[in-house]
Amino acid sequence: MRILLVGNPNVGKSVLFSRLTGIRIIASNYPGTTVEFTKGYLKLGEEQAEIIDVPGTYTLEPTSKAEEVAVEMLKEGDLVINVVDATNLERNLNLTLQLLERQIPVIVALNIWDETRHRGINIDVAKLEELLGVAVVPTVGVTGQGIRELVRRLPEAKVPKTSYSGSDERWAKVGSIVSQAQSLSHRHYAWTDVLEDASNHPVGGAFIALVVLFATFWVIRFIAESIIGYVTDPLFEWLWTPLLMKVSLALGSGGFWHSVLIGNLIAGEIDYFQSFGLLSTGFYIPFGAVLPYIVSFYLALGILEDVGYLPRLAVLMDTLMHRLGLHGYAIIPTILGFGCNVPAVMATRILESRRQRFIAATLISIGVPCAALQAMIIGLVGQQGGQYVAMVYGSLFASWVIIGLILNRTVKGFSPELLVEIPPYRLPPWRVIGEKLWLRVSGFIKEALPIVLSTVLVVNILYTLGVFDVIANIAAPIVTGLLGLPKETVVALVIGFLRKDVAMGMLAPLALTAKQVVISSTVLAMFFPCVATFVVLARELQTRDTLKATAIMVAAALIVGSLQNLIL
Amino acid sequence: MTIHQGRQLTLRQMGIGQTGTVIGILGGRGLIQRLEALGIRPGKKVTKVSSTLFRGPVTLRVDNAQVAVGFGMANRIIVEVG
Repeated sequence: MRILLVGNPNVGKSVLFSRLTGIRIIASNYPGTTVEFTKGYLKLGEEQAEIIDVPGTYTLEPTSKAEEVAVEMLKEGDLVINVVDATNLERNLNLTLQLLERQIPVIVALNIWDETRHRGINIDVAKLEELLGVAVVPTVGVTGQGIRELVRRLPEAKVPKTSYSGSDERWAKVGSIVSQAQSLSHRHYAWTDVLEDASNHPVGGAFIALVVLFATFWVIRFIAESIIGYVTDPLFEWLWTPLLMKVSLALGSGGFWHSVLIGNLIAGEIDYFQSFGLLSTGFYIPFGAVLPYIVSFYLALGILEDVGYLPRLAVLMDTLMHRLGLHGYAIIPTILGFGCNVPAVMATRILESRRQRFIAATLISIGVPCAALQAMIIGLVGQQGGQYVAMVYGSLFASWVIIGLILNRTVKGFSPELLVEIPPYRLPPWRVIGEKLWLRVSGFIKEALPIVLSTVLVVNILYTLGVFDVIANIAAPIVTGLLGLPKETVVALVIGFLRKDVAMGMLAPLALTAKQVVISSTVLAMFFPCVATFVVLARELQTRDTLKATAIMVAAALIVGSLQNLIL
Repeated sequence: MTIHQGRQLTLRQMGIGQTGTVIGILGGRGLIQRLEALGIRPGKKVTKVSSTLFRGPVTLRVDNAQVAVGFGMANRIIVEVG
């Protein structure tokens, strides 16, 4: 049996979903599009029911891509759990009535029930059941209240005989139901309301945004560096290195397998950046350098997402984003890009027009460095001094803005305006944050580790075959002439096509000056998307636009690198 | 036919904290549908919560929800106050 969780955005579907399903949660994409839905399983007596968390939708007359997907998915469901926000009954019931018209069994989960009390909302659940003609179960996703009853009453889901001729008639019916089943009394002021008022104040809001952004950067860095300092570096130093040295000796300190597994010993020792063996660099980069930043970034992002801050950030950024041909909501895929460009480019699907999706995806690929790349930038460039890290980030940000301004003037098409719901601030339950974090971190390990290992292997092979020397000589005029870098740097750019973090690692043995490190990091970040991003870009933008975007990236990288060479 | 007694303003012209009733949306079916989905439709009481600097979006409250509406759109939502 397939159960669909359908409801407005921000009603707590995901929390309900995580409570209903077991540990086996799979995040997938709906075939043919890339709007996310999540699938899980629920044991119902003898049977295993499939539960799908459908993308939030306001209406079944779709006004967005996500809503089109939701409408499609309805055709393949056996039962619908309509998750309704009890604090916004009227608007939510519009969708409910539309669902009831679809001849599919429906049961209503009246969620966020706990907030009705201090908002002064009183709902007569029995009356609501009578008026709608379906079972209505009050639930509190955050605490789990009502979930058991919801599951117990699932068999009661039914298809009442209803039909409404048009949206006006439907709204009239909604109004009638609400006036009979809901009454309002005095609303208590909560501390979250104070925060809301502060965020809404034009100047206060901007100030809070700056504080939040700085705090976020600081926290991400603090947590990541703590993990590196207290967990991963000690593990590598005290456990892994001695182990690898034993393997090295056993392999005779040289030879084919030694090269593959351990790599080169630098001064008789393993250097995790330079050795380039599968077990040395191949393991250190993903686990020792990148994973700490993946964990801390996604923890911070998950909290920002679930607290409900991002839509407010979108409002603040809207005016700036309009200059770049986007609107405020495009900040969300952009922020996702700081974790990994792949889900970020996929997330550009939430933007309404082709022009916006092209600009957003291109800007993300050019100017937003993923967590893996950032970890390596902080690790390697940071060794030269914090100001150089700042130069890299500053160059990337400046490029993002300037190229955005240019694209806004040159790309044809229209960009609609921002229209988005701002959810109230809510304290997210740790459970949800934890599960999301686990999904993202395990996803990283599963996807990145094989590619990193393959890339390290490929590097070793190409090195041995002398391919790199050939490439370096061909590219020398540009690399040395324009960018002021030793010609061997081109090798890192080539590997950047596979993995940018491993490519950064290839800069380590080149003995670059601080200025050269800045230039090579910036160019690497901007140059050509890594293969994973390239594949997703091709899928989202179609061939011609992807080629255009790539050409822009290459040109921009070389121009910026040359400017840096001149200016720094 | 309803006779409107109070002043008619666009959402943009409203003052912060002011409440009014939506009486019309100057736009095509697409705009009307998008706004309606979020609960902004003729007859609804809305309160202007905030505006953003430099012609940014306007935030309004309808029932218990807050919605941010782009500047241009805010110019096309007609509200009656008073």
